[in-house]
Amino acid sequence: MSSTAVLVMSIVFWLVAWFINTRLSRMEPKTQIGQTSVNLAIPFLFGAALIGLWEGITVGFEVPSVLLPPPSMIWERITNSIPILWADFQQTYLKAVLSGYVMGCGLGFIIAIVVDRSPFFKAGIMPIGNLVSALPIIGIAPIMVMWFGFDWQSKAAVVVVMTFFPMLVNTVAGLAAANSMERDLMKTYAASYWQSLFKLRLPAAMPFIFNALKINSTLALIGAIVAEFFGTPIVGMGFRISAEVGRLNVDMVWAEIFVAALAGSLSYGAIALMERSVTFWHPSNRK
Amino acid sequence: MTKTRSALVPVMTIISLIMVIWYGCVVLLNAQFEWDQAERIGKETSWSQVIPATMKQERPVLPAPHQVGQEIWKTTVEKKISSKRSLIYHASITISATLLGFLMGTALGILLAVGIVHSRVLDKSMMPWIITSQTIPILAIAPMIIVVLNSVGVTGLFPKAVISTYLSFFPVAVGMVKGLRSPEAMHLDLMKTYNASSAETLWKLRLPASVPFLFTSMKVAIAASLVGAIVGELPTGAVAGLGARLLAGSYYGQTVQIWSALVVAAIVAGLLVTFIGIIGKRVNARMGVKEELA
Repeated sequence: MSSTAVLVMSIVFWLVAWFINTRLSRMEPKTQIGQTSVNLAIPFLFGAALIGLWEGITVGFEVPSVLLPPPSMIWERITNSIPILWADFQQTYLKAVLSGYVMGCGLGFIIAIVVDRSPFFKAGIMPIGNLVSALPIIGIAPIMVMWFGFDWQSKAAVVVVMTFFPMLVNTVAGLAAANSMERDLMKTYAASYWQSLFKLRLPAAMPFIFNALKINSTLALIGAIVAEFFGTPIVGMGFRISAEVGRLNVDMVWAEIFVAALAGSLSYGAIALMERSVTFWHPSNRK
Repeated sequence: MTKTRSALVPVMTIISLIMVIWYGCVVLLNAQFEWDQAERIGKETSWSQVIPATMKQERPVLPAPHQVGQEIWKTTVEKKISSKRSLIYHASITISATLLGFLMGTALGILLAVGIVHSRVLDKSMMPWIITSQTIPILAIAPMIIVVLNSVGVTGLFPKAVISTYLSFFPVAVGMVKGLRSPEAMHLDLMKTYNASSAETLWKLRLPASVPFLFTSMKVAIAASLVGAIVGELPTGAVAGLGARLLAGSYYGQTVQIWSALVVAAIVAGLLVTFIGIIGKRVNARMGVKEELA
């Protein structure tokens, strides 16, 4: 197939997808299933059209693959180098991100519960926590690499620090979410501190906690990948990206980004699903 | 005012607590080096000699706060601004990339939000992708954007600003969609009874109503944009900027330099966010926005 034909086809596909989407968005299906499938089909078609257009433009105008490789080439690279991608994924995601994420979020959560008992500490830590959340924490990566060495431990340390503060701030805010009426009710039941914590305040804090978990799932991946720019053993997603950029193997970089995007979206989706089953009572989840 | 004052004492307590812990860690982490040093030359030494020595090492594992302070003083006040060693010079390069990226990101965010509010197709097809775009660890492609743009001859501020743009458009887009939809149905109906076109509704009702939302999301956006600019400086090979100082420091084991670049980055972030906050407060006050909205 000539390159012009690919370009024309992709544009036609894009126009058709656009037309269908306009129609779909005007439809108002009566049933629940119809509603969901329309809401899924529209962004899916949009994404497909975008990828089609990308393919068409890169092939049609013969954009050098160093600049922007066509999706088909990236896909071929992904299927050809699964062992490398899997090793990088293991190193960066399974080792550094997951351990750092669990430690950082867990620590933030525990400290928040401790701090919450003393209004004085709470008043002192909250402004600092809010400030630190806005800081470029990623900059501690070189320090952590110096302290904990080149392997995944240093990346996990960066992730711990990055995820700690959003969790702390959100949990403290969440623990204040239960209103005084509900707290009074717990008191009239003669509930102890721990009983009212577990039965009232923690469940009420869950939307906030899940918010932090969602923010952190992206932050953790970013932290681990960027920390790898400062030194790694010769495996890992960040290492691969910076090494292959240097060799101008841009399709490999995109393959690595695809894996990162997939991991990021899937973990975000998993947390969102968990949130829905834990905070089923929240107004935003009610039908 | 009373609120800020009542927070002052606890905040100062926490900060001094952090300082005490920091000095404690300095002694703990740096002492080993001093003991080894003393043993190597076969000299007896004691804690009373080691502890002060840990505070003034050339390349400490963890520099003491006053060392970082001195380094910042030396590289900002005592150096000429044009000097390559001046942190003000490096900070200004990072800030200019941050601001350019922030402006482009804000403009893009507002445009997207206007499109999404006015078109059902855009709303349904783009909103999920905008959210997905943020689950992608985008900083990962920072080196690629820099290298690729370099290879087509685009260098300097712009490539870094592109990364900042990507990070900062999201909070603005989401916040503005909320803001543009914030006018009540009554107000929208009133505009309709005036026979206002959708452009007029946008200019005279939706945009003014969205201003408090804009400033709240701009505060998040400018912080994100600074992170983008710093990371964008890493792959350019440590030429100039705060990110370059971090990288150079990590190459040569200059911990004091890393920490001072880090502290300056934190100060810059704090200043930028406060700056946006102050403008936002002024504008909101002039427009008569109620406090709880802003």
